[in-house]
Amino acid sequence: MAEQTSTANAWPAHPADLIPTGRKRLGWGLLAIATLGLLAIIVVQILYKTEMSTVGFDTWRPVVYAYILWGAALGAWQVLTRGEDGQRALFLLPALLFTIAMVIFPTLFGFYIALTDWNLSSFSGRRFNGLDNFWQMLADPYYRNALFNMVLYVLAVLVEYVIAFGLALLLNAQIRARKFFRVVFLLPLMLSPVAVSWMVGKSLMEYRFGPAATLARHLGWDNPAFFSDPITARISIMMLDAWTFIPFMMIMLLAGLQAMSREVLEAARVDGATAWQTFWQVTFPLMLPVSVTAVILRIIFKLKLADIIITLTSGGPGGATDSVSSFIYREYRDRSNVGYGTMLAMAYLVIIIVFVTWLLKFASRFVRNVN
Amino acid sequence: MSVQTTDYTVSEIRSPAAFITSRVFIYGALIFWAFVCLFPIYWTITTSFKSAVDVTQGHLIPFVDFTPDWKGWRSLGLSPDSIFQTSTVRDEFLKRFMNSVITSVGASSLAIIIGSLAAYGLVRYRYKFAWFKNEDISFFFLSQLILPPVVLALPFLVLYREVALLDTRIGLVLLYTLMVLPIVIWIMRDQFNSIPVELEEAALVDGLSIWGAFFRIVMPIALPGMVAAFILAMVLCWNEYFFAALLTSTDAKTIPVMVASQTGSQGINWWSMAALATAAIAPLAIIGIALERYLIMGMTAGSVK
Repeated sequence: MAEQTSTANAWPAHPADLIPTGRKRLGWGLLAIATLGLLAIIVVQILYKTEMSTVGFDTWRPVVYAYILWGAALGAWQVLTRGEDGQRALFLLPALLFTIAMVIFPTLFGFYIALTDWNLSSFSGRRFNGLDNFWQMLADPYYRNALFNMVLYVLAVLVEYVIAFGLALLLNAQIRARKFFRVVFLLPLMLSPVAVSWMVGKSLMEYRFGPAATLARHLGWDNPAFFSDPITARISIMMLDAWTFIPFMMIMLLAGLQAMSREVLEAARVDGATAWQTFWQVTFPLMLPVSVTAVILRIIFKLKLADIIITLTSGGPGGATDSVSSFIYREYRDRSNVGYGTMLAMAYLVIIIVFVTWLLKFASRFVRNVN
Repeated sequence: MSVQTTDYTVSEIRSPAAFITSRVFIYGALIFWAFVCLFPIYWTITTSFKSAVDVTQGHLIPFVDFTPDWKGWRSLGLSPDSIFQTSTVRDEFLKRFMNSVITSVGASSLAIIIGSLAAYGLVRYRYKFAWFKNEDISFFFLSQLILPPVVLALPFLVLYREVALLDTRIGLVLLYTLMVLPIVIWIMRDQFNSIPVELEEAALVDGLSIWGAFFRIVMPIALPGMVAAFILAMVLCWNEYFFAALLTSTDAKTIPVMVASQTGSQGINWWSMAALATAAIAPLAIIGIALERYLIMGMTAGSVK
């Protein structure tokens, strides 16, 4: 499978014909045995599970072991038959085999589950029902609502970006105790979102005694309930999520600021530009590539948002704060609706792939146009 | 760091009033945000020393507002007077804690090993698997980053039950490895790119094999990068909740799952909740403070050229 051309760096490569035929034969033999063994175990297991034979294992675990052995044999085959080229392929093989096994197979399996009517709490078990889940999904107002919320959550990234940029500028200014502030600003990123949503969301922002609620009362908000009406609840979730993830963007932007050449800023200053002009006409355009990377990475993380919502509001009030992930989580946890939940997840995956591809294209064109 | 900023002062000394205003603004903003970052942590830690009355009355400052008490820590079996007694809660907590340590360290190590190898291969050699070239393989690895956990969660639930990995630490380790692998490859590619290829060429001329050159020459140089990737991976794995909540029940439950399931029949015991939360965030807070340099290195890898 690995057809490797000679390397870019022109390593002294052993021509393949220097490898003795005996060694090659050994390699092919190993691979053949391993492949046959893997296939045999799979067949035996399928027959056993479909009750067409009585020989087999209770679980599919042996298939996993067989796959690992097959992977090892594949590596040995590479080295034995292709010498140094094989040794090079060996760098890539473990990660490749691992990712393929962990992603491709489950995803394909997921697409199959998505086409079944499968409720873990009902007795009937798995039943193929074609596109029924899909039509149900299109008519599901809660799923649409969750998707709409994701749009809002993603838009909130822009606000986070502004704050993060501000903080990065502050840290980049000439200040004392820079290291102290940097560590402190970084801390929220380290903290477990679940612990944070308990201690901040449920305790600090608690209606009766939470200091945040008390402060809000002092500031003139009579009824500081952070999670009871839809809009405030959404904003509270956004704020909590922003609190944990702003440091991430801040650090990337700070690195960008520090990598910026001083001469350019100096030149702007000599030309008599005010700080405001310098920022908009020099700093900001120069920071655009870093900004785009930071925002895109942040959006990718935002699309996975779930744990804060699950622990804090369970999607409430009335689904107002639901993200797609937390909605599907409850579809599984509370209703054991595996088939439908997986259909929702797969649809989400397709939407994400389309969206992120568009985003990357758009971003690269945007950066090119501005610079 | 100090060189870059001299020109600010030179230009700003010209107008002392403006200089002072900008100083006040900068430090005001810095202190405000430091407060925003630190207050929740302060609240968590102090709450673990409060009794019920102190929590519901919103007392803030220990010794002034309220008398600190080991209540929260006692309920975890971790206060000075209960540490030597047997405590089922403590056993439970330690078990969850160890689960978290094992899964996050295990997954980060596995990801570093296979991720570094792959990143090195992708940086140094040209591959062609069928019609996939280096760029495609890199993209394949990095594109895993956008895969949301929900997509994998349900298939894995079913698959893990079939291969008897449900509610095991190995199962979590494998999933977490998958989750952090793209980030590790991203960071390590950047690292290996910055190592001059002449070093390895010299090593090969001296008779080292390809793998010998990697282990003896390249790895020691790339070690800081590996530490950075490891710590970033640790943070992500330690705080992971979604998979752990779905795929574990009794044996392999991790700390975040334990924290999330702390509602008792009489509402929430804030003091024990706070103690638990403190214990859950303490290891990473300490790592973050001590190894902040590496964390920043990991997060900024590849973003600034």
